[in-house]
Amino acid sequence: MTPKRRRLTIVFLGLLMLGSATALVLTAFEDNLVFFYSPTELETKNIGPDRRIRIGGLVEEESVGKQADGVTNTFRVTDLTKSVPVAFKGALPDLFREGQGIIAEGRFVKGVFQASEVLAKHDETYMPREVADALKKSGQWKGQGTE
Amino acid sequence: MIAELGHFALIAALFVALAQAVVPMVGANRRDLALMDFGRYAASAQFLCIAIAFAALTHAYIISDFSVANVFQNSHSKQPLLYKISGVWGNHEGSMLFWVLILALFGFAVAAFGNNLPASLRARALSVQAMIGFGFLVFILLTSNPFERLDPAPLDGRELNPLLQDPGLAFHPPMLYLGYVGFSMAFSFAIAALLEGRVDPAWARWVRPWTLAAWTALTGGIVLGSWWAYYELGWGGWWFWDPVENASFMPWLAGTALLHSAIVVEKRDSLKSWTILLAILTFALSLMGTFLVRSGVLTSVHAFAVDPERGLFILGLMILAVGGSLALFAMRAPVLKSGGLFRPISREGGLVLNNLLLSTACATVFIGTLYPLFLDATTGQKVSVGPPFYNATFVPLMIPLLVLLGVGPLLAWKRADILQALTRLWAAAVLTAIVCLFIWSGDDGKSVGAVVGFGIAAWIVGGVLTEYAERIRLFRISIGASLRRATGLSGSSYGMMLAHLGLAAFITGAVGDTFWGVEAVANARPGDKITLGPYDITFDKMSREPGPNYEAEFATMTVTRDGEPVTRLRPERRIYPVQRMPTTEAAIHTTLARDLYVSVGEGNQADGWAVHAWINPLVPWMWIGALMMVCGGLVSLSDRRLRVGAPKRISGAAPQPVGGD
Amino acid sequence: MGRLLYLLPLVIFGAIAAYFAAPILSGKDPKTLPSAMIDKPAPTQTLPPLVDGKPGIDAAALAGPVKLVNFFASWCVPCRAEHPLLTRYAASGKIRLYGINYKNKKEEALAWLAELGDPYERIGFDLSGRAGIEWGVYGVPETYVVDAKGIIRYRHVGPLTQLVMAETIMPLVEKLEAGGGS
Repeated sequence: MTPKRRRLTIVFLGLLMLGSATALVLTAFEDNLVFFYSPTELETKNIGPDRRIRIGGLVEEESVGKQADGVTNTFRVTDLTKSVPVAFKGALPDLFREGQGIIAEGRFVKGVFQASEVLAKHDETYMPREVADALKKSGQWKGQGTE
Repeated sequence: MIAELGHFALIAALFVALAQAVVPMVGANRRDLALMDFGRYAASAQFLCIAIAFAALTHAYIISDFSVANVFQNSHSKQPLLYKISGVWGNHEGSMLFWVLILALFGFAVAAFGNNLPASLRARALSVQAMIGFGFLVFILLTSNPFERLDPAPLDGRELNPLLQDPGLAFHPPMLYLGYVGFSMAFSFAIAALLEGRVDPAWARWVRPWTLAAWTALTGGIVLGSWWAYYELGWGGWWFWDPVENASFMPWLAGTALLHSAIVVEKRDSLKSWTILLAILTFALSLMGTFLVRSGVLTSVHAFAVDPERGLFILGLMILAVGGSLALFAMRAPVLKSGGLFRPISREGGLVLNNLLLSTACATVFIGTLYPLFLDATTGQKVSVGPPFYNATFVPLMIPLLVLLGVGPLLAWKRADILQALTRLWAAAVLTAIVCLFIWSGDDGKSVGAVVGFGIAAWIVGGVLTEYAERIRLFRISIGASLRRATGLSGSSYGMMLAHLGLAAFITGAVGDTFWGVEAVANARPGDKITLGPYDITFDKMSREPGPNYEAEFATMTVTRDGEPVTRLRPERRIYPVQRMPTTEAAIHTTLARDLYVSVGEGNQADGWAVHAWINPLVPWMWIGALMMVCGGLVSLSDRRLRVGAPKRISGAAPQPVGGD
Repeated sequence: MGRLLYLLPLVIFGAIAAYFAAPILSGKDPKTLPSAMIDKPAPTQTLPPLVDGKPGIDAAALAGPVKLVNFFASWCVPCRAEHPLLTRYAASGKIRLYGINYKNKKEEALAWLAELGDPYERIGFDLSGRAGIEWGVYGVPETYVVDAKGIIRYRHVGPLTQLVMAETIMPLVEKLEAGGGS
């Protein structure tokens, strides 16, 4: 086998691999991309119950409670304009507080967002980026909505 | 005063690095030995300066000198000594200082031990190493000075982030950085080789141990981080495909490929330009690992330094380093003479396939990590890419790679007979079939994934053992002669076997946890009982205890199985008053077969506590497997032939070319 | 053809680097958001008083003469460090000092003020931290200079020092007072 043929084989194999990887990535994107919406955006978008999405905002004051089973937490997520009811079964993250920024991932079932995962911000200096942007978009980030 | 001394030493290091970047390079071009030799002294001096700076900062942390802003931000007088020290690198400024310290340490190692290297190659490599160091030192001094003072000095510090106050995370960043920076050696030598226009087996022999050391450290670092996430975050999981995790995983994948392709350069004098490219890419990904975490471009549960200005600086640095070296690659790589020929089916061919699969896998992780950023920047649409994406892309690429892993080491160099190799693997095939049948019949869920996963692990074990039996000619010569052959085998052979077996153990754990995990969530008060699979967990009581710098709340739980006591678990919640931050400390009972994992959420006597419990089958094998991989790296490093400057061993014990990969 | 192949990595890298740089250069980063509060009206949400008999903070108070608004909490160690400095400046009459008590239980905050003294003219009570979010506070202490029109002019993150007060904040306050906050 000459060096040239060998290189061609390798390049061909490489391209084949790249092609299959691209196909894999594209099909995976089709099904597995999780889109993020703020409560206000949810109003205008009609999202089916099959679609996994992320929502984010602040945990509304005095909205946190528990269902009768004792392990399902309910609360509302707000961008200070609109809010969405959320149910989450399991232990909430350590930093989950009323008024804190959070992100929840899950599906809508009968108008309630059934979260399978809830992420809270980590410390005083860090707000999930999506939440910050959502607040900014709803015009609430800067108090009077100057931008 | 000592902090000022440290600052001064850092400035001195900057100038030394500048000289080290320029003088040896000029010397190498002019073939002036004296100028080339200057690089060695400069590298030692640079290391000394940075070591002084690092010692000064560590000193400030140990004596709790809160007049230093960095200490004030990240330490507290009541913090245990271990976390005072780990606080040095548990923050942005300190970790950057640590980064250049390791960089300089590696430069120093080249200067001290590289006596058998061609003078011009060493001079150029040292110069490249110093260029990187120079860039980072400018970065530290301009944007992230760890020695900034506060006046008046605060009474006490703001404390290290409580999540970082943990033995696993104390050593996770240094290991990770040791790996990242370790790949700078392969990079510097790749650039030097491009400048020289020559890559030969001697070059690979020098680069390989450094790559191996970096790979070992990076493996250890990633696993420590994963282990930490497992027991500290209290979510029962160990890998989340979080962008920050991916940032360290990508250099690992590329580095693993580099490790294997460097073997081909060393043994067969082939695949040169590809190996050079991999060395550049691996370091580029290491830089990106630093960049992604530091810039705040990605926000994730791990990011602890978020600052766009610094990010921009690192980005510039990266474009300069990577863009420059890729341009150099485009110009110089075509000049490299290609060496030994091989057929597609051969050890080389197998390693090429290994490299292609690993780099493609790396590319899918890359896309998954960066695509959300891309979409946000172009359309403003926010998306996240989670585990399902990686299960659909990364895993399918790993399966052929792992199957190949069983066969590859049995292929001969240059040209091999695939049928013959497969015939020799009959025992491994039988083992795999038995394991698959056993799993299928025992698995109530009948998941194909579990069968495939365990089958692959069995196949790898079978392949490794077959290859070992072949090497020592087991049953073909007398047992005594086989034993003599076994003791005569090189460290790198044993290292390879250990690492591959470790991978099989790791797969076992990961597959077991993925397919057979059981969990239970309950709201419980003392006296309540929770059923988890075959176990009964009784919540006995809740008690309080103060820690050194936190308040702890313990739940005591008795675990029984069919009425027989199994263990007593004490999951814990801590409140760190200085940072006003709660953390969860899960309680884990480990046996070789499973982890019993319990964490307690917030609660009180009236409403009860949220208790989350898991059975994580076979998870301990993941940690054992990872440890085996690290040990494999270390054993391989202990091989005399890899030790730089060691005389060649004269031995008749290994007549066939012993390939350690 | 062969040479082009070697150029490929560089081309791909160039494309990636460009798109990496874009989000940073366009200033989309979360940290740049809050500092955009400079030269914007201060949030006018009404905060209830912390101390009985001392007013809280509302839009009218923020529209008054130039003032410093200081976020503090009893659990915050650096607040304690900057407290004597604030007390000294407030006592000298050179500045008007408003406080916002951030994420603090009332009794803890009152005990803290009783121990160290209360230099504030008004104190708003922000138990939930909502005001902190609207002002864009990263952590405490933070201090804002708000002019007579209720516009935020300066923000200092972390404890104030003599140097910052003397060289940055006081000149700015004097300028704003002289210039009528233009």
